[in-house]
Amino acid sequence: MSNASLEAIAAKSGQPFPGAPNNWQRFFSFSTDHKVIGIQYIVTAFVFFLIGGLLAMVMRGELITPEADLVDRTVYNALFTMHGTIMLFMWTFPVLNGLANYLVPLQIGARDMAFPRLNAAAFWLVPVFGILLMVSFFVPGGPSQSGWWAYPPVSLQNPTGNLINGQVLWLLAVALSGVSSIMGAVNFVTTIFRMRAPGMGWFRMPAFCWTVLSAQMIQLFGLPALTAGAVMLLLDLTVGTSFFDPARGGDPVLYQHFFWFYSHPAVYVIILPVFGMFSEIFPVYARKPLFGYKFVVVSSVIITMLSGVVWVHHMFASGTPSWMRMLFMFSTMLISVPTGVKVFAWVATVWGGKLRLDTPMLFALGGLICFLFAGITGIMLGAVPFDIHVNNTYFVVGHFHYVIYGATVMGVYAAIYHWFPKMTGHMYYEGLGKLHFALTFIGVNLNFFPMHPLGLMGMPRRVASYDPEFAYWNVIASLGGFLLGVSTLPFILNMISSWILGKRAPANPWNAIGLEWLISSPPPVENFEEIPLVVSGPYGYGSHEPLVANHPAGELNSEHS
Amino acid sequence: MSTANLDPTLNTHGAHAAEHEEEDHRMFGFIVFLLSESVIFLSFFVGYTVYKTNIPDWLPAGVEGLEVREPLINTIVLVSSSFVIYFAERFLHKENLWGFRAFWLLTMAMGSFFLYGQAVEWMGLPFGFTDGVFGGTFYLLTGFHGLHVMTGVLLQGIMLGRSFLPNNYAGGEFGVAATSLFWHFVDVIWIILFILIYVWQ
Ligand code: HEM
Ligand SMILES: [Cu+2]
Repeated sequence: MSNASLEAIAAKSGQPFPGAPNNWQRFFSFSTDHKVIGIQYIVTAFVFFLIGGLLAMVMRGELITPEADLVDRTVYNALFTMHGTIMLFMWTFPVLNGLANYLVPLQIGARDMAFPRLNAAAFWLVPVFGILLMVSFFVPGGPSQSGWWAYPPVSLQNPTGNLINGQVLWLLAVALSGVSSIMGAVNFVTTIFRMRAPGMGWFRMPAFCWTVLSAQMIQLFGLPALTAGAVMLLLDLTVGTSFFDPARGGDPVLYQHFFWFYSHPAVYVIILPVFGMFSEIFPVYARKPLFGYKFVVVSSVIITMLSGVVWVHHMFASGTPSWMRMLFMFSTMLISVPTGVKVFAWVATVWGGKLRLDTPMLFALGGLICFLFAGITGIMLGAVPFDIHVNNTYFVVGHFHYVIYGATVMGVYAAIYHWFPKMTGHMYYEGLGKLHFALTFIGVNLNFFPMHPLGLMGMPRRVASYDPEFAYWNVIASLGGFLLGVSTLPFILNMISSWILGKRAPANPWNAIGLEWLISSPPPVENFEEIPLVVSGPYGYGSHEPLVANHPAGELNSEHS
Repeated sequence: MSTANLDPTLNTHGAHAAEHEEEDHRMFGFIVFLLSESVIFLSFFVGYTVYKTNIPDWLPAGVEGLEVREPLINTIVLVSSSFVIYFAERFLHKENLWGFRAFWLLTMAMGSFFLYGQAVEWMGLPFGFTDGVFGGTFYLLTGFHGLHVMTGVLLQGIMLGRSFLPNNYAGGEFGVAATSLFWHFVDVIWIILFILIYVWQ
């Protein structure tokens, strides 16, 4: 596109900078601007969120009556497998990567990520493996039915005997998603280590960037284990090796180790950035500095390190020897300490503040409440005797949906509303936002709370039909589920209409502190006219310390620590 | 620089600066990548060890064990090539382009010899990929490593070709440094693999 036409577009849309993100064609092109890529990730993720959500609606429809009458059992198996896979690999990771992509360079004062083209390539793999997964709905035998863990020997069954079946496509998609994530992780780690603005020492970096760094470290060192397991499973399935086939000498429990060595830490890949968002959002709407910033940061690092030594708590019921169970029970309990530190810091931040209950704050508070609840059930699950009792019941499903919907989805919503004015240059509609929050918060609790009593009563998970004694709670859960489905409508409506028609956003609508709020909304192509010189920490609410020096950094020979 | 964002005609300038910066960060990123890559190998090694210590009839019926002599020669060649490539790099730093090319080519030859040796070994083995867990892990480990050697030789070929491009060898420095780091990495992995598979039988 020529400069003249870029300028014409800029003039028409009233954008201060040519090519700023309201020029929607950019979002369908191979752009290397981290802000475009960030939004590409987020939008793609939400397309899959709706697909995954639709599958969940069918499941809840099935479960509203005790009989398996809506879909048959095989279809139900495929539904929960694809629902879980899509939600984790196609929504959670991409949406968090998208937010991090958008925010990290802005928050650390960089012009872009360290490797812009690698960044774009990592993003474009997402639709590719998404399509691979979708194709598996149409192959003979249908999509994978072995759950998102794909435990052998179940995942080794090949009902159609075809080389290309749903399970093979599933494995290819997961492996590709791993490749994409590792490319992203290399980029984030390099960017955060090497491209912070002058003056931004480690302890002046916003908490969100710290959590992204921690999460990406887990991707770097955990994902390869999953990839190794996936490759071996793929070989078993296609070439005929017998790594995990117990009938031919293989060891299916080894697969579980590979899988959980990554997939337990992966829950921190998910939740740490959400912690980061909480840490960014609470101070703004409570008008107070983040309480115990250093503790919040250090606890992220400790969680990252501990996350690598707890994976066996998913295998308490896998014939794991008792001494090992004990060891992993204690390491699991240990993680609640740094997590508790964070919760304490947020509560102390919010406590006694002049709260402003805009939509981002509502979602953040709602997310925190759900996380507290999930934390309690999580500690219960960490205790071996209790876990053995409720393992594979709905109690577990309730626990992790509180984490993943209650805390993660709501945290992501909070972040999207909070940074929406920055990303688009427009304000969202507050009324629609509040409606969205109310529907979501009620929906989450209606949908997922009943799963706890169901689990305690002994209702197993992954079943399409159940004993009528479980009907009462299931009806409530299903109604909550449909409410959650409905809750996405005001959200989508809000995003689209306010992006087009919303009132123009100032550079800093929330009076927040942080480098991203110093530049126009939306930010110009290379973010900063002058790379800023950072002279204080990120949460100086109530103090009058400036965040950056007035001198452009280039003029001073400051140290990059 | 300060006006680069305001005037689209100056954006190429900004792009140049960005490219320069990108160059600086590449080595850091590459090392991060290699660390991640080593976890895949580590997983395979752990898998191999678990299998070997837990499976009672580890070797498939009729297989006595692995011949060590040829792989040992292969190992010596590969390990020495790590030194050769180091000298190639030294020559490049001293701007002795022909010295660089000669030693670089020698590294490639040694790498190719290794691949050839491995192919010959594979051809003569009495068991296949699907012969039990032993066969599976053996070919998985040596094959995955072999792929890395192949990638290394390919990268070396590209760097060699680039050294003949007109102008100078500017911009090739990172490529050479990264390729040679990769080569050392592949080498270290092989030493562990050799001990695990051939020495500890
Ligand atoms: C409207 C919202 C949702 C509803 C109604 C819902 C419902 C369900 C149901 C009924 C199951 C099957 C449980 C079982 O039989 O074990 C399930 C499983 C699962 N869900 Fe959700 N879910 C929702 C949102 C999410 C989100 C947002 C995520 C993640 C980001 C998620 C991740 C998972 C995972 C990982 C599984 C396990 C799949 C497996 O067993 O392989 N869900 N969900
Ligand atoms: Cu876990």
